[in-house]
Amino acid sequence: MVWLNIILNRLAWLVPTLLGLLLIVFLLSRVVPIDPARLAAGDNASPAQVEAVRQQLGFDRPLPVQFLRYVGDVARGDFGTSLFTQQPIVDDLAARLPATLELTIVAILLAAGIGIPLGVVCGLHRNSWIDHSLRIVTVSGLAVASFWLAMQFQFLFSMKLGWLPLSGRIEGFPPEEVTGLVIIDALIEGDGEIIGSALSHIVLPAITLALPAAATVVRFTRNGVLGAIGSASVAYQTAMGYPRRLIVWKYVLRQAISATVTQLGLIFGILLAGAVVVETVFDWPGIGAYAVRSILQSDYNAVMGFTLWTGAIFVLINLLVDLLQAAIDPRGAR
Amino acid sequence: MLRRLARDRAAFLGGLLILGLMLVAIFAPILAPYPDDVWQFHTPNRLLPPGPERLFGTDRMGSDVFSRMLFGARITLTLSFIAVGSAVLIGVPIGLVAGYWDTWFSELLMRVAEIFLAVPQIVLAIAIAQTLGPSIENVILALSITYWPFWARLVYAQTRSMRNEVFVESAIALGAKPWRVMLLHILPNIASPIIVRTSIGMGATILTAATLGFLGLGAPPPTPEWGRMIAESREYLPEAWWYAMAPGLAIFLTVLGFNLFGDGLRDILDPRTRRSVGGGRG
Amino acid sequence: MADILTVENLALGFRTEGGLARVLDCVNLTVRPGEIVSLVGESGCGKSTLASAILGTLPRGLAVVGQGSVTLDGADMLRAGAAAGKVRGRTVTFVPQDPFASFNPLFRVGTQIMDLMRWKSPRRREGSWFYSPRRRRADREAVIAMLEAVQLPQPARLLQKYPHELSGGQRQRLMIAMALLPEPRLIIADEPTTALDVTVQAQILGVLRRLAVQRGVAVLFTTHDLGAAWEICDRVTVMYAGQTAEIAPRDSFFTAPHHPYTRLLLRSLPEEGRDPVGIPGSVPSPLSPPLGCRFHPRCPRADARCQAERPVLRGEADHLAACHHPVLAAQEARLDA
Repeated sequence: MVWLNIILNRLAWLVPTLLGLLLIVFLLSRVVPIDPARLAAGDNASPAQVEAVRQQLGFDRPLPVQFLRYVGDVARGDFGTSLFTQQPIVDDLAARLPATLELTIVAILLAAGIGIPLGVVCGLHRNSWIDHSLRIVTVSGLAVASFWLAMQFQFLFSMKLGWLPLSGRIEGFPPEEVTGLVIIDALIEGDGEIIGSALSHIVLPAITLALPAAATVVRFTRNGVLGAIGSASVAYQTAMGYPRRLIVWKYVLRQAISATVTQLGLIFGILLAGAVVVETVFDWPGIGAYAVRSILQSDYNAVMGFTLWTGAIFVLINLLVDLLQAAIDPRGAR
Repeated sequence: MLRRLARDRAAFLGGLLILGLMLVAIFAPILAPYPDDVWQFHTPNRLLPPGPERLFGTDRMGSDVFSRMLFGARITLTLSFIAVGSAVLIGVPIGLVAGYWDTWFSELLMRVAEIFLAVPQIVLAIAIAQTLGPSIENVILALSITYWPFWARLVYAQTRSMRNEVFVESAIALGAKPWRVMLLHILPNIASPIIVRTSIGMGATILTAATLGFLGLGAPPPTPEWGRMIAESREYLPEAWWYAMAPGLAIFLTVLGFNLFGDGLRDILDPRTRRSVGGGRG
Repeated sequence: MADILTVENLALGFRTEGGLARVLDCVNLTVRPGEIVSLVGESGCGKSTLASAILGTLPRGLAVVGQGSVTLDGADMLRAGAAAGKVRGRTVTFVPQDPFASFNPLFRVGTQIMDLMRWKSPRRREGSWFYSPRRRRADREAVIAMLEAVQLPQPARLLQKYPHELSGGQRQRLMIAMALLPEPRLIIADEPTTALDVTVQAQILGVLRRLAVQRGVAVLFTTHDLGAAWEICDRVTVMYAGQTAEIAPRDSFFTAPHHPYTRLLLRSLPEEGRDPVGIPGSVPSPLSPPLGCRFHPRCPRADARCQAERPVLRGEADHLAACHHPVLAAQEARLDA
């Protein structure tokens, strides 16, 4: 019952949220000083040709009509055609989504794998040297501009040391597409060279992306541990002589992780925002880089498509987080 | 209050960084070794490595990177102060009104805020800035449109809980006008979280502004904007490795200053919440 | 027979921002095997701190031991360090004040009880890490039997539940069961009924007393409720502002209290035919406690000596009071007048 409630609640939200997003982006695209019809018709088009394109694309109708038509198209799964790739935007996005997913998944694994243990250590040894130095690292990690950090990594690890590739997702031909995630596909194919290439390409962007998220995870986990350690149940267990190891690594850890999980939506937001920049710097062929290019080229259909997809992904991620939270905390979702 | 602020080392360091930045911004023409370099080119000097004469080297136009960085502080500070100021001025009244009355209109306002929060801020900011065209004014506009929901949501939640406090209810019962209750009874009591949020929001805004500059959406060249300076340097890697150093460190120290300050402020103003996330991202 | 617990002249404080808080000053207390002792005092008089000191769970770095000793079954709990961890949960167990917060909300109660049994079951051999299926089965049977003994219906199903699915009374019965399961020699029950409804309080006290007497376990029962003390205990120890005021067998305590504080405390109880009388003044701050007897600013019998000199516990047989001017039977009339 709780589960069904959560799912229905979130999904009921999906439609108005997406409609609102659509409206915002639509209004933006229509106040733009550039004439989309001229843009679509090309530089050498005559005024008559531009008019023809305008009519064909429906830019001559009143704005509300244009909006309704667009909403209708989107509802049927038609996001229009990219002005630049000349492909349906759904295809463009679908082709690039796996790359972004792969990058964010690796980054979130890195962030959790590094952030949770460090957060636990900080919480257990509050005000120790390790707590203080990690505090400096996490505050710094949240203050550094990711595009700058990305460039410093590129300079040091690819240009100077030559350890890792500068940019891109893979060298040579990609493995046969099964899941769309190159690392997994390479593992399925079992070609050592491709696996190595895929792994070496993802290292720098994933680390750049994971840093601010890891810093956030450390701080959440640390506070979760502190809260749990100061709780009455830990005081009781200590008084009853439960071994310290058991209290910390079973009871406290579970509470701390449960507190961190509630913030996963926020952490994912940090990652998605970071992906837009990191993908651009590392030439990672995901939807973030696609969005930046589309925006810079005034390809509004593509921008709207991206914004909607991101919004939908966000709502779904938050749904997943809610469900995960309900699974971890028996008291049910809050 | 000030003494406690000085005692908290993090807040103190943050305050020091912010103060230093303001001084740099004000006295940039005096501090900069080559103040003319900001707007003038000296092509023969292009891409000189750092040395005693030029602390952080020169850029592709032969200008002193250090001098340009100092002038960049003016742009960053003005831009982020105005952008955050407007976001606060939009967000706080909306949050107050929506939190004070419990009607469909409040609901609608907060739903709109939620929609703005449903995509990464940077995406929205890029889209708006690009639509409006590259200029500092448009960056400011884009940032305030993007960031107001953060304050609206915070103030909404705080007002909601204040609404049930005895002193607020008694003020209403005594016949105080709604705007009076909001401004005199509620706002002063929720000022602390707003101030903390504003300090941390400054950090986030500066990062987003720099990203816009990096993507070429900020002020047009040759404005010494930090993000744009870093973008320019990309073509000259790995030879001109110093090129991005000064603006990158400047962004880092500035955001660090505001984040540390906000963090320390939170500890002092609200001892109940322990150091939690001061994430200067969003 | 040797005492199971002896607290001798214990003085103990906490470092705070305002200086050293002298929470306990000259505390004396004994518990004999199988006996139920009430530790009575107002909130903030140091009862819970004393309980932590006995359990060896004082916050490290914050607590400062001035003098005195806590001896539990021969072990020095103030200086035991790691050894205290072995004593806790085996020789001495604990019933907390707040049964709502004392379970971890994310684990089934069965998990939490079986974790206790894994490490503290009387069937566990010292130092053994291995939890054999045979011992697990035996422990589980013991748990089920104990839940029945504390009158929890359907114990097997109860173990599958999460804490938030149980009532306060059920949780406190579980806590009592957990305190009894390791077969300790002493149970420290820290205001175990304060958080419960009045109707449930009496049942819980009844269960605790019956099982403790049946199994010969000593109980140190802290409370601010004289009525609860009357119902459950054999002997009473009264504390005031961190000092032991009076130690007496139950009956002699309630009929002929020696310490002026105790007398005033008893008179503050509502009773038939008499309005309750409060004690003027308030409990002193542990940051700057009065010299001498800490009760002297509020005491009707205080004189110059009480302000200068700390009284020691003295009296006849097993009824002791720390007072320079104890109320003895002959003087009673004068005080009451």
